Amino acid sequence: MRIAAVIAALAALAVLPQLISPYYVTLVLPAFAYGIALLGFNLLFGYTGLLSFGHALFVAVGAYSAAVLTAKLGVKSLEAIMLVSALAAVLVAIPVGLLSVRYVRIFFGILTLAFGMLFHSFLFKFYNLTGGDTGLRVLRPSLFGFAFPNLDKTSFLVGPFYYYCLGLLAVMGLVMWRVVGSPFGLQLTAIRENRRKAEYLGVRARLFCMIAFAISAFYCAIGGVILAVNTGQADPDLAYWTHSGELVFMTVLGGFAHFFGPLVGAFAYVFLKSQLMSVTEYWRFVMGAILVVIVVVLPRGLIGIAHDAWAKVKRS
Amino acid sequence: MGQGETLVTALVETVDVAKAYGDFVALDGLSLSVSEGELVSIVGPNGAGKTTLVNVLTGLLRPTRGIVRFKGDDIAGIGPVRLAERGMARAFQLVHIFPALTVAETIGVAVVSQSGKGLRLFRSVRRDAHVMQRVRGVAAIFGLEGKLDTQARLLSQGEKKLLDIASAFALAPDVILLDEPTSGVSSADKHGIMRTLIEAAHRAGVKAIILVEHDMDLVAEYSSRIVALQAGKVLADRPPAAFFSDPALIAAVVGKMPVKAAKAA
Repeated sequence: MRIAAVIAALAALAVLPQLISPYYVTLVLPAFAYGIALLGFNLLFGYTGLLSFGHALFVAVGAYSAAVLTAKLGVKSLEAIMLVSALAAVLVAIPVGLLSVRYVRIFFGILTLAFGMLFHSFLFKFYNLTGGDTGLRVLRPSLFGFAFPNLDKTSFLVGPFYYYCLGLLAVMGLVMWRVVGSPFGLQLTAIRENRRKAEYLGVRARLFCMIAFAISAFYCAIGGVILAVNTGQADPDLAYWTHSGELVFMTVLGGFAHFFGPLVGAFAYVFLKSQLMSVTEYWRFVMGAILVVIVVVLPRGLIGIAHDAWAKVKRS
Repeated sequence: MGQGETLVTALVETVDVAKAYGDFVALDGLSLSVSEGELVSIVGPNGAGKTTLVNVLTGLLRPTRGIVRFKGDDIAGIGPVRLAERGMARAFQLVHIFPALTVAETIGVAVVSQSGKGLRLFRSVRRDAHVMQRVRGVAAIFGLEGKLDTQARLLSQGEKKLLDIASAFALAPDVILLDEPTSGVSSADKHGIMRTLIEAAHRAGVKAIILVEHDMDLVAEYSSRIVALQAGKVLADRPPAAFFSDPALIAAVVGKMPVKAAKAA
């Protein structure tokens, strides 16, 4: 049943560009990017119980690495760009994680928030390196060595790039599925449930939290590369703390207690935001109200609603 | 080498251990040893230092003075993870469970860490036949085999207690430290849990049990030796018969005779 739903969702996303206008297709691209980033983010939040308010830092590391690699170093291969960017994020994650995972709950959150803000001001102040408030351009990469020179920007994005990202999401989702079902994933949930007890059962809590932190940074950076290629821009706003807040929002909206929750949240958030922004300038207010409703009434998020609805259908 | 002999026979040993929190002295020159085949009960009134002793014995607290050894190695302050790796497990006074994990998952946490599989990132734990077989085996010892897929939070209080202890047993420890294993359990169930525990210890190859217990009926029934603490010192260290034949000693520890011991006397 679960596999059937996943295949159906992938098939629907595969035929989507034939059914809707290119504008809506370009909306799906950031949802792919956030979907990948949140798979990693939720390994830390949903599975390990560590809520970071600074993970936009790693999304930004991915985006800026893509900018430097394409525009300054002339690297065109998207595969190479993603690999290098993600490893750069892991390198940043090691010192940040080593300091942060010693703490839990609000202390962990505040510390990650502080590191995120530190990186944001770095992007702002070091103009020569980072382009300051204007950011850096990101050039169009090649996909598996194909540059698609005869496609214009939109055709490239809604055509080959769209399917590339869909495939990437599927592969990275599958890998994460393996991780959460592994002995490692089991021990992360034990740490979330009761760290002290887990330690008495031989779980090396700090090491495992550190590895989960590095994996989450890896995924967030890949998401950042996709975002940057989509907009052609690495922007300091990517590292701003409100962007970290958006990652948390999407995860809660979709449902952090479920593997697929963050993916649902990414798509729902991106779509909701674009609809609300076209209707009212007070879209942030409406988003805030939605978050309140979710937390108070539906703590299991959208996926929780779907779950209950499906259970009702099965019973009747 | 006179000390060499004690190193061989004693599994767990403290020599002149002291622990102070600021001005407050919780342990004050405490020496005890636990050898293979023993079930040593640690008793004493509240504030006698039992909890501090447990935390020192399990490597959680580093003593201010003195030596703590496990299987001949210094374990002062090494922390719970490395202690588990060396073969000492602990079950808690207050039930420590993983509420959202199932019975199988809870025991599985201990099994994968004990078998050194914790860092496997991409292989399914549910499809690991060796792990699952061991999980079912441990669950069966504690009568939890019918509840493998039940979340821990949905278990009865007694079952939670058993699961907590079962997960500690799943580490296949040489020594297990039980901190009031029957607290919060109805008195009718207490002996059942204790018998399950001792039976499980036999089957799991546990070499010694350290029991911290208030309930003198349990202490009288199951201990091979009783260590009474008072104000951070060892007040008495005797087999049960000698312990319960000394009314002054019992009064100092609990203030009254246990029913069973009173009947026997």
